[in-house]
Amino acid sequence: MADVRWTRKHLLSLEELSADEITFVLDTAESLKEVSTRSVKKVPALRGRVVVNAFFEDSTRTRMSFGLAAQRLSADVLDFSGKGSSVSKGETLIDTARNIEAMGIDTMVIRHSAAGAAELLSRNLKCSIINAGDGAHEHPTQGLLDLYTMRERFGRVEGLKVAVVGDIANSRVARSNLWGLKKLGAEVILVGPPTLCPRTFEKLGATVVHDFDSVIGQVDVINMLRVQNERMKSAQFPTVREFTKLFGLTWDRFQRCKKDVFVMHPGPMNRGIEIQSDIADGPSSGILKQVENGLAVRMAVLYLVSQV
Amino acid sequence: MQTHYDANAFASLLNQLADGIAALVDLGKPFNVVGIRTRGELLSERLVPILQQRGAAEIGVGSLDITLYRDDLSEIGPLPLIRPTQLRFDIDKRPLILIDDVLFTGRTVRAALDQLADFGRPSVVRLVVMVDRGGRELPITADVSALKIELPLSQQVKVKVASRDGEDGIDIVGRS
Repeated sequence: MADVRWTRKHLLSLEELSADEITFVLDTAESLKEVSTRSVKKVPALRGRVVVNAFFEDSTRTRMSFGLAAQRLSADVLDFSGKGSSVSKGETLIDTARNIEAMGIDTMVIRHSAAGAAELLSRNLKCSIINAGDGAHEHPTQGLLDLYTMRERFGRVEGLKVAVVGDIANSRVARSNLWGLKKLGAEVILVGPPTLCPRTFEKLGATVVHDFDSVIGQVDVINMLRVQNERMKSAQFPTVREFTKLFGLTWDRFQRCKKDVFVMHPGPMNRGIEIQSDIADGPSSGILKQVENGLAVRMAVLYLVSQV
Repeated sequence: MQTHYDANAFASLLNQLADGIAALVDLGKPFNVVGIRTRGELLSERLVPILQQRGAAEIGVGSLDITLYRDDLSEIGPLPLIRPTQLRFDIDKRPLILIDDVLFTGRTVRAALDQLADFGRPSVVRLVVMVDRGGRELPITADVSALKIELPLSQQVKVKVASRDGEDGIDIVGRS
């Protein structure tokens, strides 16, 4: 462990990280979690640095989590939303970002609907770039906080059987989970209808299953993805009722799970569609833990990229 | 100049530190001992039983990781892994003995004092180190040091603690 070095100025994906680097972030996050238990919940590590949250897509959790994480490290935080900005006047992403950077930004946290947006900025800007979700590509800090939460719950990630369920094809959370879990030695089972969970994912080392019930009793973790309302009208998507019947985490399915199964969801949840309310709120649920751990993980990422 | 101190010498230096602490605080009253990670923490783990043998009634034991409070991170080479800070007690209104293995520039101690201020307000903070090697860059002094030697920048002090390094001892390495 001692000779792992963090040399990345950007966090763009989990695909590019090694297992050691992922573990380094998780270990750092574990130590930083303590900061949030103090009466003065703040450390001076990023004092005088400026972090901008540049969100071209909606977000509650991720945006607040990054904002609070940056504040706990004593950074100054700026917020930018695509809505109501010059973006609507036709300014390009790179121009918008360069103009924000010109104000003296050290780290830019970016969410954008286009896959590759964060990488594009990392090649065109001088500041650190953290990908907070780019299209259907990756959401690396969500992947990291999911790994953290699983590791916290089971004491390890290696050897765990993890089902990621739902609209895999359109999910950046699924991709970041897949990369991270595979690197740390977990088994990944992707579950969804063939239109939303194509077999091409097998090339990335996952098992692809179209029948949730066939794996329900074998898995240690079920990570339910959000059914994206905006996609429900597309032809790839069955009706909501059919989706719930086949792929929802219903009470009936839950009773066939392992006794110590761990239920996760990246939020926001559609209660009663992909997950039944009493499971989400029950003792097997790690959903609020994920949010809590997300803060520590984002502190770790902000801290690490700022030191390079 | 002596460049190696073996386990026996180490044991007697450790006792000197305990003597020093006993002179700084009233062992009959509660006080806290906080080690700076990594070697300061390990030294405090060794000192606490000695202090207890000498009648210390109530000692709170904790450790600090000062990484997030450093002002010289960019100068210390590869980014160190941050370890947890453990202060599971109220540090207010009691004497606090801060322990580190080596006192050099004083920057670590400055960072530790900043960090302590985020946790509370001890009635008094005293600094206890195994080796004071000189070379201060800040107005900071140890209240107790077992070994005081003025070393050139080219030399390094390595304090070894059995629980981590397999044996107790102190080595002074590098060209004088």
